[in-house]
Amino acid sequence: MTKMNRPVEERESVVVKFVGDSGDGMQFSGNLFSESAAFAGNDLATFPDFPSEIRAPQNTIAGVSGFQVHVGSAKIYTTGDLCDVIVAMNPASLKANLKWAKVGATLIVDSDAFDDKTIDKAGYTSNPLEDKSLTKYNLLKAPITLLTIESLADLGVDRKIASRSKNMFALGMLFFIFNRPLKPSFKFFDAKFKKDPNLARINKVVLEAGYNYADTVEAIESVIHVSAAKLEPGFYRNITGNVATAWGLLAAAEKSKRGLFLGSYPITPATEILMELTKHKSLGAKVFQAEDEIAGICSAIGASYAGKMACTTTSGPGLSLKSEAIGLAVITELPLVIVNVQRGGPSTGLPTKSEQSDLYQALFGRNGECPVIVIAASTSDNCFHYAYMAAKLSMEHMTPCILLTDGYLGFGSSLFKNPRLANLPPINPPVAKARDKNYKPYKRDPETLAREWAIPGTDGLRHRIGGLEKENITGVVTTDPLNHQLMVNLRAEKVARVANYIPEQEVEGPTKGELLIVSWGGTYGAIHSAIQEMTRAGKKISHTHFNYINPLPKNTGKILKSFKKVLVCELNSGQFVNYLRMQFPMPNIHQFNKVQGLPFMINELTEKFNQLLEEK
Amino acid sequence: MDFINNTVERTTVQLQKSDFESDQMVKWCAGCGAHAILAAVERVFPRLGYKKENFCLVSGIGCSSRFPYYVNTYGIHGIHGRAMPIATGVKVANPHLSVWVATGDGDSLAIGGNHFIHTIRRNVDINVLLFNNEIYGLTKGQYSPTTPMNKVTKSSPHGTIEHPFNIGELVMGAQGTFFARIPDNDLTQMTEAMFEAAKHDGTSIIEMLQNCIIFADKAHFGIISKENRDENMCIIKDGQPILFGADKQKGLRLNGTNLEVVELGKDGITIDDILVHDRYDPNPGIHIMLAKLGPPHFPRVFGVIRSAMFPTYDDLVEEKIRLGIEESPIKKMDHLFKSGETWEIK
Ligand SMILES: Cc1ncc(C[n+]2csc(CCOP(=O)(O)OP(=O)(O)O)c2C)c(N)n1
Ligand code: SF4
Ligand SMILES: [Mg+2]
Repeated sequence: MTKMNRPVEERESVVVKFVGDSGDGMQFSGNLFSESAAFAGNDLATFPDFPSEIRAPQNTIAGVSGFQVHVGSAKIYTTGDLCDVIVAMNPASLKANLKWAKVGATLIVDSDAFDDKTIDKAGYTSNPLEDKSLTKYNLLKAPITLLTIESLADLGVDRKIASRSKNMFALGMLFFIFNRPLKPSFKFFDAKFKKDPNLARINKVVLEAGYNYADTVEAIESVIHVSAAKLEPGFYRNITGNVATAWGLLAAAEKSKRGLFLGSYPITPATEILMELTKHKSLGAKVFQAEDEIAGICSAIGASYAGKMACTTTSGPGLSLKSEAIGLAVITELPLVIVNVQRGGPSTGLPTKSEQSDLYQALFGRNGECPVIVIAASTSDNCFHYAYMAAKLSMEHMTPCILLTDGYLGFGSSLFKNPRLANLPPINPPVAKARDKNYKPYKRDPETLAREWAIPGTDGLRHRIGGLEKENITGVVTTDPLNHQLMVNLRAEKVARVANYIPEQEVEGPTKGELLIVSWGGTYGAIHSAIQEMTRAGKKISHTHFNYINPLPKNTGKILKSFKKVLVCELNSGQFVNYLRMQFPMPNIHQFNKVQGLPFMINELTEKFNQLLEEK
Repeated sequence: MDFINNTVERTTVQLQKSDFESDQMVKWCAGCGAHAILAAVERVFPRLGYKKENFCLVSGIGCSSRFPYYVNTYGIHGIHGRAMPIATGVKVANPHLSVWVATGDGDSLAIGGNHFIHTIRRNVDINVLLFNNEIYGLTKGQYSPTTPMNKVTKSSPHGTIEHPFNIGELVMGAQGTFFARIPDNDLTQMTEAMFEAAKHDGTSIIEMLQNCIIFADKAHFGIISKENRDENMCIIKDGQPILFGADKQKGLRLNGTNLEVVELGKDGITIDDILVHDRYDPNPGIHIMLAKLGPPHFPRVFGVIRSAMFPTYDDLVEEKIRLGIEESPIKKMDHLFKSGETWEIK
């Protein structure tokens, strides 16, 4: 076999998915591939797709773990519907993922992993590598396991240990196909395996062997090049939504000088926020892993009363448990950020899959008249911004705020431009002054209606608050009917007035016309991409995407009324659409819903959009 | 007065009972045992030497949980069962506060049972006044986790069929470091236990046998009433032999692995045979045995049964943060933004 000179094929974007057994190291190779794309200046989005079982039986479909990455020279909004390249380390992973391959996609498979037993376990009746079922694809069969072992023979590495590095061999092949330098990964190995230089060496050798091997494969006729994206200058990193959320909270704590307290109980897919925050003791973050979600939020309420920027993080089932305590934070008018990383429900539902089905719960899921601010992030990296804003609004307006993200945003990653704390908006909570003779627990700011935050330990401000209804201003316990009505109104009005402090809603595309697509939260990427496709095809269609849910931006009604048809797309049975209909009862609000634990596909969206455009 | 060993800021100003009296009308029933407990707190707080702004009272829901409204400190009246985690949040947020919890037997042992054991296990430095009236007072008389078996209540017209908790045993089973039991009819015992609880670093549980005159009147009568206390109440003091009875002629002796009641002068028993109380013993074995005793064969034991030294959760939180700040180069957000894998786009 000889090395060839190959033509370079320029691509605007490519979707690559690494799939294999949960133990095959697919997350690791996927992450390294993403880093290499980032270093090359591409924009990107990633999503890990792992089984909910920690160690499902080997070589079964249930045990397949994957990592998808979408890289491009233009802005990337989603992790991509269909893949250009799939790296499959065993039959089960190929079988489970073939449906995500584009026609003509490159399939890189480890032929050594295809024997009678594994083929049978995957549910194939014949070997897909031999039975011509894959002729629609560019199939690259490589004896990856064997070649990995051989490449390490000189180092005297035991076969079993050697074969564990086969993911690096496959990655090496991809690096060749994408014309990526190996150096950055070498540097990464040196850093990661500082304590075990031998491991760093093994990884380097195998990665390079994969690279060199690909160079000898004739079936690889060209190499792919994805140019650098035109991104704003600055320092970037690749960040997952959960880490971005944690950082947004930390940033708000530092900016407000109130110090962060988190009370939380582990739950997929929110746990990473807890794990990230607890790393940052040097930033003063106090993290309390409670005995359950109720204790998590109640400890946060205690910490909030004591003057901390308090938060609690969870997913749907945990939000259910927190309901009563959210009511306590509402009636005591204490700041509190509640992050709900949504997953498929009801009950335990689909823990590792994503949905937008907790919107009603966030808006309405409590006893009594119990409004809270509700915000939703829409990309992995803007989880930072919205977590920061959730904390800011909650503290400045002295009322809890629910931040909705979801499993896709939380686990997925995108590029994040490093901010500077000085450039983030100021946060000025209404902290009561020591020895203020006029202090009253429920005296309010005339603009925001927020009461003052009187922090225990401060001279001259002793007071009691609690879950019983209080007299406005004085805070004395009372069941007076008119006072209750007043307090109900004040708490609602306080939240409504947050609309004066958030940006107006924006429309992408014409500001009036035939069809407006409405979306909120984690679906921005898919819907934006679908609309881009329609616009390129000459269709007139506009998009407005909501991040501020309660209250809605003040110009919402005006926007909705400027279009003949409005289509609200969301991953639930129609919660946001009904919320809009409640406030803007208009007959022309249509809905498009999907509740499969999967994101929207671009083609299903464009199909629906076209249908609405055609119907008269 | 004893020096209180913790980090709450102190004052040199001599405080008075009136410094802690709130302007709220106390709404407990006349004759309710809670009044006496409030009186004890108003006596103890000014004498602890803390600045009055450094007290924070936390409660759940129940008659007893109205407590914070009646004391002029910072206070938060929470939701049913959740006083312990709220108090944990207050204490961890600001370890320089003296945090007190007022809770009922239903609040802390039924709906809040999980929080109760976990707070104790962590040894968060808070002081818990557990009003044990063996009934749900606020909801008008249903049985609670401490209601004795067979007792007729509004929700057990034919007698309960549940085994009650022994609170001391539960506390120590959860690795509690401080447990005291006191009656609501003895101000001296109450104030002593509260002082000791305040002094103790860690979760201090004081079981207060409180009379609910309306729904479980005389629930503790068989033990703490004038006519029964000599025989059935045994008040223990650290470093002293455990004696009881009208003329202190009876005592507890450790016989093998069991406690037994013996009489001084009988069968050659002398004071040297009597068990000497060591409340600081890290091993809870004897403390659990003492907490479990009760009629008909034994007296009920009162006073500070256990007060063992273990690190507190809130101190450890501060310690980890101090170490984190010492060891990590990331001292502020701008450092964090620059850390890890980043690259520049020009
Ligand atoms: C979530 C919830 N469930 C039930 C209640 C009703 N409730 C209020 S107090 C109480 C029991 C109180 O008993 P205990 O804690 O012993 O307090 P006591 O009134 O006896 O002092 C109950 C069941 C409630 N307030 N909240
Ligand atoms: S009902 Fe019982 S516990 Fe409640 S205030 Fe009256 S006497 Fe006290
Ligand atoms: Mg009770």
